[in-house]
Amino acid sequence: MKYLPLILKNSLRNRKRTSLTVASIAVSFCLLGFLLAMYRVLFFGNDPTPAQALRLFTHHRVSLSQPMPASYEAKIASVPGVKAVTVWQWFGGVYKDARDPKNFFMRMAAEPDKVFSIFSELQIPEDQKLAFQHDRTGCIAAKALVDRLGWKLGQHITIAGDIFPVNLELTLDGIFDTPDHVEMLVFNHAYLRESLPPSIRDIVSAYLVQAQAPEDVPRVARAIDTMFENSPAPTKSETERAFQLSFVSFLGNLKLFLMALCGAVTFTILLVSGNTLSMAVRERVREIGILKTLGFTSGAILGIILGEAGMVAVTGGTIGCALAAGMCGMLRRSVVGVQYLKVLHLTPGIVAITLAVALVIGIVSALLPGARAARTPIVSSLRYTG
Amino acid sequence: MAIPIAYNLRNLVVRKTTTLMTALGIGLTVAVLVADLALVNGLKQAFQSTGQPLDVLVLRKGGTAELSSAMSRTVYQELKTNPGIARDSAGQPMASLEMVAVISLAGIDSSQVMSIAVRGVDPIGRQLRDIHVVDGRWFQPGRREVVVGRSVASRYPEAHLGRQIRFGKGLWTVVGVMDAGQSAFNSEIWGDLNQITSDFNRQDTASSVLLRAADAAAVPALINSLNDDRRLNVTAMREQTYYDNQTNAGAPLQILGIFVSIIMAVGSSFAAMNTMFAAVSRRATEIGTLRVLGFSRFSILTSFFFESLLLAGIGGVLGCLLALPLNGMTTAVGNFTTFSEIAFHFRVTPGVMMPGVIFALVLGAAGGLLPARSAARKEILSALREG
Repeated sequence: MKYLPLILKNSLRNRKRTSLTVASIAVSFCLLGFLLAMYRVLFFGNDPTPAQALRLFTHHRVSLSQPMPASYEAKIASVPGVKAVTVWQWFGGVYKDARDPKNFFMRMAAEPDKVFSIFSELQIPEDQKLAFQHDRTGCIAAKALVDRLGWKLGQHITIAGDIFPVNLELTLDGIFDTPDHVEMLVFNHAYLRESLPPSIRDIVSAYLVQAQAPEDVPRVARAIDTMFENSPAPTKSETERAFQLSFVSFLGNLKLFLMALCGAVTFTILLVSGNTLSMAVRERVREIGILKTLGFTSGAILGIILGEAGMVAVTGGTIGCALAAGMCGMLRRSVVGVQYLKVLHLTPGIVAITLAVALVIGIVSALLPGARAARTPIVSSLRYTG
Repeated sequence: MAIPIAYNLRNLVVRKTTTLMTALGIGLTVAVLVADLALVNGLKQAFQSTGQPLDVLVLRKGGTAELSSAMSRTVYQELKTNPGIARDSAGQPMASLEMVAVISLAGIDSSQVMSIAVRGVDPIGRQLRDIHVVDGRWFQPGRREVVVGRSVASRYPEAHLGRQIRFGKGLWTVVGVMDAGQSAFNSEIWGDLNQITSDFNRQDTASSVLLRAADAAAVPALINSLNDDRRLNVTAMREQTYYDNQTNAGAPLQILGIFVSIIMAVGSSFAAMNTMFAAVSRRATEIGTLRVLGFSRFSILTSFFFESLLLAGIGGVLGCLLALPLNGMTTAVGNFTTFSEIAFHFRVTPGVMMPGVIFALVLGAAGGLLPARSAARKEILSALREG
């Protein structure tokens, strides 16, 4: 530690070089932090809220596009540990013009009397809630979505069907707020059901199940799937998060892609840092010889060089983390429609990992030039003309 | 008078560790970009080789995807009478009613379940495409048999020849593996139209119709006459257009890759700048000597700038070499139009490497300009004294 002033002086000697190195490393660490944040959101998700932890998503085992009979609802409701069940029907459809990604949002058909118990985190004025529950063609929408599309209460919203051969004429009865910023619209399943021809009226492609307690969730999921195992429509029940993760795997082998990128970025930082340090050490060979004649041990010399590398790398890492946090914030605010980016955060865990990587890289990159400098005999370093 | 290029080359060789490290840093940046472009290139190739120039795809009015489209048998019978449709050797119109659905199969690391498109066709559907059976045989009409695309067979143990897959109302036997060239059909499972529609309770309404126009000139007329026919209430488009539009399946990966490589480039150009500044300060005496010998400030500027470009160029080539092993590797992305997976090969072509090398040169130029300017600005006397 007593060498700290020396380390500081050394790193500030060639300010242009140090600042360029810090800048280069900072940019790379910003990227590393950002990629790690993406990785976390995509493959771990944010921690489930208490309400989320209770919810199970039940769908046909073979595919989301294969329906289950409507009779499953009553059977699922009878499973011990189940508090409530609602139909949770994806209605694809087209709002205005499908080519504009702005017009894309989730449109779900559900049962109004159960939605608010299952989604206990929804915040909605009591009168709007009642209005929705008493209006067959009513709907409610997330505040973020309403703001984005400039809707108002009482707005008439037309959604043309594609999977379902019906056009919905909905009235906006309520606007809700959720902590997870999901851009969705929920309407009355009874309205959809009545509009459909009898042959496809009684089929449902997903149910949302609420368990009584979080510890019941795995048992309830197993009980539901076992119950329908040998029926014509076997089911798969999974938590919301597991379902979202399975959707991510749909984007392709993102895991490998992200890991390869992280690897490339880390290796680049190692190169930059190692290169700068070897340049610095090469310039100081004589000086190191003098330090040695003054009684500095080889270990102390190595320590000074390692310290300088570690300091530069950690400074870069810190600036990088700050940049990455800013970038995540910018994406959260500006990107429309990509749910994953809306919850992108640089968590303390990621900051810790990034800084740890910075420290390790700094030390590893200094080992080779440092060892060389420490090992060079005094006489030859003094004779060296760089 | 210009300073010989050999001077720069030798300098790069003398400082080989530094040169290599800087070039490798730039190379990694370029490799990320080239790999990303190769991925998109492969995806494009897969979709572009799927459509046939004479073929027209017909969907429900306003439809954008086969999966969400509905086409009744009545409309199909009407469609077939259109005079613009080519006829086969038996005099039958070449029109194929098809049904598309999505099922899930467990991948090789069985933890992940992926969505695969299933297509029900009549014999005419196969006739319209360029498909060969490479293993086993074609399915027999009226049986619960399927033929799987080559990539499906290799990626999903459940879909190996002779095994049975469960979807719809029961088990289906895999009787053949088909090769559809580079096209998207390699990622599909095909079976008998009637069997599949009945399994999905859609005996009356399949998904889409594929038509072959009599000749190239007839394509636009055929499309117009179908689109304008209010009774049919359908949307017709070139099959090629339909598949071209699906190339955006790679957009999330493409955007991420380009974004990352641009940020990496900023970092690498700082690193290149660092290396070049070090070169300038190490060679102060040389710069002074060159000036004494009569080389102008401008020659010094161009020489150092060129050296930076050379350094970045080496990095660019290294990057292409790093990305080259990816060529031909199979990967898959989800296709939002079909809600199923499409497998394709990375394609590292000259058209992909070129932007990579150019990218490296731009990066080298950005990193080399300031150091070159500082070299050119050195006063002769102080430069000579500096060393």
